[in-house]
Amino acid sequence: MVEDKPKQILQNMLNDRESDPTHLLQTLIEVQQAFRYIPHDAIDRLAESLGLGRAFILGVIEFYSFLHLEPRGEYDILLSDNATDQMQGSRLLAELLARQLDVGIGGTRGDYRVSLGYTSCTGMGDQGPAALVNGRAVTRLTSERIDRMVSLIEQAIPLDQWPAELFAVTAGVVRRDIILNSDYSAGAAIRRGLEHGPEALLDLLEQSGLRGCGGAGFSTGKKWRFCAGAEAAEHYVVCNADEGEPGTFKDRYLLQAHADRLFEGMTLCAAVIGARRGFLYLRGEYRYLLETLHKTLQQRRERNLLGHSILGRAGFDFDIEIHLGAGAYICGEESALIESLEGKRGIPRNRPPFPVIQGYRGMPTVVNNVETLANAAMIAQHGPAWFRSVGTAQSPGTKLLSISGDCERPGIYEFPFGTPIGEILAACQAHHTQAVQIGGAAGRLIPPTEFGRTLAFEDLATGGSFMVFNQGRELLKAIDNFTRFFSHESCGFCTPCRVGTAMLVRQLGKVMVGHATTKDLDELATLGTLMRQTSHCGLGLTAANPVLDGLEKFPGIFQARLCSTSFEPSFDLDASLQEARALTGRTDPGAHLEGGGV
Amino acid sequence: MNPSFKIDGVTVPFEAGQSIMEAALAAKIYIPHLCHNPEFHPHGSCRLCCVTADGRSVAACTTPALDGMEVANETHEITTQRRLLLKLLFVEGNHVCPACEKSGACQLQAVAYHCGMLAPEFVHFYPRRAVDASHPETIIDFNRCILCELCVRASREYDKKGVFSIGGRGIQAHLMINSASGKLGDSHFSAADKAARVCPVGAILPKHRGYEVPIGKRLYDQESISQVGDVAAHQERDHGE
Repeated sequence: MVEDKPKQILQNMLNDRESDPTHLLQTLIEVQQAFRYIPHDAIDRLAESLGLGRAFILGVIEFYSFLHLEPRGEYDILLSDNATDQMQGSRLLAELLARQLDVGIGGTRGDYRVSLGYTSCTGMGDQGPAALVNGRAVTRLTSERIDRMVSLIEQAIPLDQWPAELFAVTAGVVRRDIILNSDYSAGAAIRRGLEHGPEALLDLLEQSGLRGCGGAGFSTGKKWRFCAGAEAAEHYVVCNADEGEPGTFKDRYLLQAHADRLFEGMTLCAAVIGARRGFLYLRGEYRYLLETLHKTLQQRRERNLLGHSILGRAGFDFDIEIHLGAGAYICGEESALIESLEGKRGIPRNRPPFPVIQGYRGMPTVVNNVETLANAAMIAQHGPAWFRSVGTAQSPGTKLLSISGDCERPGIYEFPFGTPIGEILAACQAHHTQAVQIGGAAGRLIPPTEFGRTLAFEDLATGGSFMVFNQGRELLKAIDNFTRFFSHESCGFCTPCRVGTAMLVRQLGKVMVGHATTKDLDELATLGTLMRQTSHCGLGLTAANPVLDGLEKFPGIFQARLCSTSFEPSFDLDASLQEARALTGRTDPGAHLEGGGV
Repeated sequence: MNPSFKIDGVTVPFEAGQSIMEAALAAKIYIPHLCHNPEFHPHGSCRLCCVTADGRSVAACTTPALDGMEVANETHEITTQRRLLLKLLFVEGNHVCPACEKSGACQLQAVAYHCGMLAPEFVHFYPRRAVDASHPETIIDFNRCILCELCVRASREYDKKGVFSIGGRGIQAHLMINSASGKLGDSHFSAADKAARVCPVGAILPKHRGYEVPIGKRLYDQESISQVGDVAAHQERDHGE
């Protein structure tokens, strides 16, 4: 039950908003923050004020990992559980925390002082092991830091009085190229856009060859042009800052150090497509950035770079709101992100129509990655030739990489497209490298024989994640980690991803414990291929990549775990069907056990 | 000349804006499906209708037909793929055909037969799911729900009641009922609702009636689903009579 005081808080919260159902998720996040769960009274009130069904609201709450129907502890600790965190010892630290705080992992202590659990990669791969405490990022965990946290928690010291160094997130740029080395002048890109007009700006962007930096690589100029050309009452620009791909943290850096560039890019886009409202969709894990982001927005309003009649251009009105995510990787998919912006479960939409034609509230919407928008601003300022001075013909410019794992210098690296993987490994001082996972869990697993391949959309595309595994690592553990990640993050909409990810986890678990046979490996491949062929969205299409790449490129790590690699059944099941095949005159593939059978 | 495309070599005319599925249904070409019902917005979630269109794997129900397109539907590869998808649906739920009142008139079972699925292949999940018998006229057996969301769509779009929603995520995704207790009996649901007649499987069933049509005499006992189509259309017809 909600007591009187919280009831009042809730009432004030609701009074502050119009009764617009698209506010549901943002309101739920606030309620979660205020009460440490979503009380049933809150659900009833929201249902009433927003005109939504209770079940609909429950469905939204159950969809997002950071929303809870049961109270969490005063200190809600979530340890980042990416493969790189685990390599840095996060699992042992979690056990240490659990022991010292006397709370089970995945549980809440009886006195509601503390909850402990794991969460998907929090975007701190260069300064892990990392955690979130009440949504705030804690980095570089060690047993000493754990001791300090335990003592602060047992003394009930409020989070805002904890030593700041626990929350320190360092920038850690190791290599800069044209983007990070060139000067940026606030307003320059917008001025240029206003002087030359939208058409010239689109030409310029297309000449630059800028492609979406989230990984898909769609032409940014084209995307903006499609959106600009779609007739509608409103147009929207959305920045996708839901950087959830395991091992990626370059957007975190851009948001922290170069938010102004990003907002410049969004405003430029608004000028081109005719948007009056823009949204920054910020993953919940990065809520510690909210304050500085709001400050930057405010500064831009004061400098007339946002708001009414921007830079004196009558009729050019544009402003940006920040929306928070709540622990759902799928919301990085652009149409799921739009659903989430509209306050709903983040289920990817069917396409067509594409968001540039029907996006937020059914209106034409550009959704671009943080890096893409920041680059667009820089290109408008410095020109397409400057951008094309590095990179390849098909992938001009540079890419920010988030390098983590087994290397001496993890951090942010800006490399021109076309750089060979081997060169990147040398730069981050990785030694005895067994494999690199490029593009995150959804990316590709690359063995040393392929280190000559290059960073490029036409070769190895990446949203920015670059995780290094040395020869001392059990690669299968990383594959298992990524596979579990997808199962946890699948939205559950389509059959192959919903069931397939869960089956992969089980099947791989069988391999991990040494109970699998070669038939089980065939089953993994069969399931993975099915998911790759039939899934509804990018998550399902790529969720089996770690397993399929592992089976193809590192078959030995699977073989070594089989319960008996030398086992041969006493008879060949398929051959024994030969007589039946001959009798029935069947020669079709369905009459063989390989390839699906019946 | 009207635009047309080909499904397995057969020329299919279509009108602008029609999906591959809509054009195929109009041409009486069967593309296996579970979540599609021409009365509602296409959903694209069961993925059973995945075909290859000019070599690309797409859901027939959500992909617009294009002039000159070459669609492969009932090839060995695609049927194998469908059989696997069907097996996945059997893995995640608790489908006990011999004991199910819907047996013989169940679209999941019928499509499985059509695609040649005769036996399970994978270890099933056997989830624990409760049955909701709180409503006086209708029972919901969540064990058989395949998350096609047809009842969700029918209740929202046609009945204007919004009785059903989806909760959870991933393999935990589940059908929910909009009422204070979460029970059907406390909701605005009525057995006369459209939502009561769209379930392709035995998840939403009328109470107080059982085995009125003996097994062996049921819809798909008589003819293949590729000939007689969706069970929902037949349920709709029976309702009208």
